[in-house]
Amino acid sequence: MSPQAIQILATVLKAVFVVLLVLSFVPFLIWLERKGASFIQDRIGPQRAALFGFIRLAGLVHIIADAIKLFFKEDVVPEHVEKFYYFLAPTITAMVALSTFAIVPFADHLVIGHIDIPMQVLDVNIGMIWFLAISSLAVYGIVFAGWASNSKYPLLGGVRSSAQLLSYEIPMGLSLVGSFIIWGTLNLNDIVRAQGALLYGVWPRWGIVLQPIGALIFMVCAFAETNRAPFDLAEGESELVAGYHTEYSSMKFGLFYFSEYIGMFVSSALITTLFFGGWQIPWLDTTRLMDWANPLLAIGLFVAGLAAFGSAWLLARHRARLLTRGFQDGREKESGLFSVVALVSGLVMWGCIWLVLTHPFPLWGRNVFAVVAQFGCFLTKVLFFCWVFVWVRWTLPRFRYDQLMNLGWKGLLPLALANIAVTGLVVLWLQHLGVAI
Amino acid sequence: MKIVERPKPKAWAERTYIGAVFVGMWVTLRHVVANLLNYRRMPVLYYPEQRKIPPPGYRGKHRLTRREDGAPKCVACMMCATACPAECIHIVAAEHPDPTIEKYPASFEIDLLECVFCGMCVEACPLDAIRMDSGIYSISDFTREGFVIKKDQLLAVEPQKPPR
Repeated sequence: MSPQAIQILATVLKAVFVVLLVLSFVPFLIWLERKGASFIQDRIGPQRAALFGFIRLAGLVHIIADAIKLFFKEDVVPEHVEKFYYFLAPTITAMVALSTFAIVPFADHLVIGHIDIPMQVLDVNIGMIWFLAISSLAVYGIVFAGWASNSKYPLLGGVRSSAQLLSYEIPMGLSLVGSFIIWGTLNLNDIVRAQGALLYGVWPRWGIVLQPIGALIFMVCAFAETNRAPFDLAEGESELVAGYHTEYSSMKFGLFYFSEYIGMFVSSALITTLFFGGWQIPWLDTTRLMDWANPLLAIGLFVAGLAAFGSAWLLARHRARLLTRGFQDGREKESGLFSVVALVSGLVMWGCIWLVLTHPFPLWGRNVFAVVAQFGCFLTKVLFFCWVFVWVRWTLPRFRYDQLMNLGWKGLLPLALANIAVTGLVVLWLQHLGVAI
Repeated sequence: MKIVERPKPKAWAERTYIGAVFVGMWVTLRHVVANLLNYRRMPVLYYPEQRKIPPPGYRGKHRLTRREDGAPKCVACMMCATACPAECIHIVAAEHPDPTIEKYPASFEIDLLECVFCGMCVEACPLDAIRMDSGIYSISDFTREGFVIKKDQLLAVEPQKPPR
């Protein structure tokens, strides 16, 4: 196969992989939201639905049941809606949410032989501009939904949301200018690679260290752009029923619901990429990862095995408690089963340590290891920020509309402008002194 | 004349609310961590399996008390049906073979969908024949007819057991 053909095939595979990755994390994020909310509010949350009568997965089965319900529910289309735009709106929202992920690099380039595959669907130099351009299309989904529903609450939600998205678009774009001054590029993979260096040889040179104000503004705007609390005025269930998706049912509502979580995932990925080192594992750059592939994998397997044994022990203790004091409604069977699974996987991992230590990887194997490890690091960081999204939602109350506008125009916009000026001056001054940043 | 102290405008640093946001996040994080480490500390009842025990004096589902020989104490005097503001008690009286008792309820029905659980019937009863001390608060059925409970069902309801 010619190199071009391989690149095209790789791009198609990456696109499919990214879409499947994001979509498969949506149920997990919904689960995280529901469980996180309940643990913050001192309650247990979903845990009743069960596969085969006893596999509950701590409530994950509820989300599967919800998805099945959304697919098979009657799809009510009210008579008064503007049909074309009514059907278009959820499609736009979901499409925009999914396509913004295309520019996020999730690992360093994969080099096998003489083939160099960037681990990023769209490796373009405009990078961040793509994100700003596509994510601002999201407002169309909400405005169409609000307008086409032809009903007062969706309209109010749509109007509010369009004003909000437009207002926060500006500080969001401006907050990134400081980063661009420092990194000198818009390409996200280059930005991530630059963040792998160490500041004074000690601390990873992540964006948050160099651009704390920019990071803060970007995070606040990312919350506003995903329409999540404390900026969820578009939904505002206490005053607007459900906001722009009041008239939607079945899977059309499901698309809105899913795209909220997709947006959350993508925003977390961008926060990670721009300000928290992206796929960079702190203190381990790609060359080091490849040099130390075997010992690092051995250490990783050891730790993972330890975690597996720990969870096996915890599950066994849980089972013993359920047997003596619980209701014995199948949960003791479930924890017994998973305890055995964890024990076996721990044993397998510890068994693999010997294999890994005695068989050094070939070059391509070390490269694949580096890519997988970086991808794992990236996912860990992204999931942490997803948790921050959930955490903030269940901590902070919703803004009032005038407060929202005050914060956007009188708070964040001047702050972003000041950040650009200060960053530019400092960079110029450092260049004048001849100090590399 | 009372002089009201207006709250002073907050300092600039306080008005950004950044500190307050982190304090709030710290509070919720404490809850999450505490609940993860010890999930049984959460004040939660696993409802259908565990039920809240209502306090004494709670007006639950009605029951009819019995004489020592097992017959209902009720003499079909209609006091409860008269006192009932929801008019949900329907009694058909019949003549009792014992001349000292005079009457007994041939049928005694309470429509629990009509009942407002006010306890007037219990107050009105001269013979302590009707009580609401069963402690049953979740009454469910599949049909409307199922909520009209008959004399036998009322006699079968047990008083609430004291908590163990």
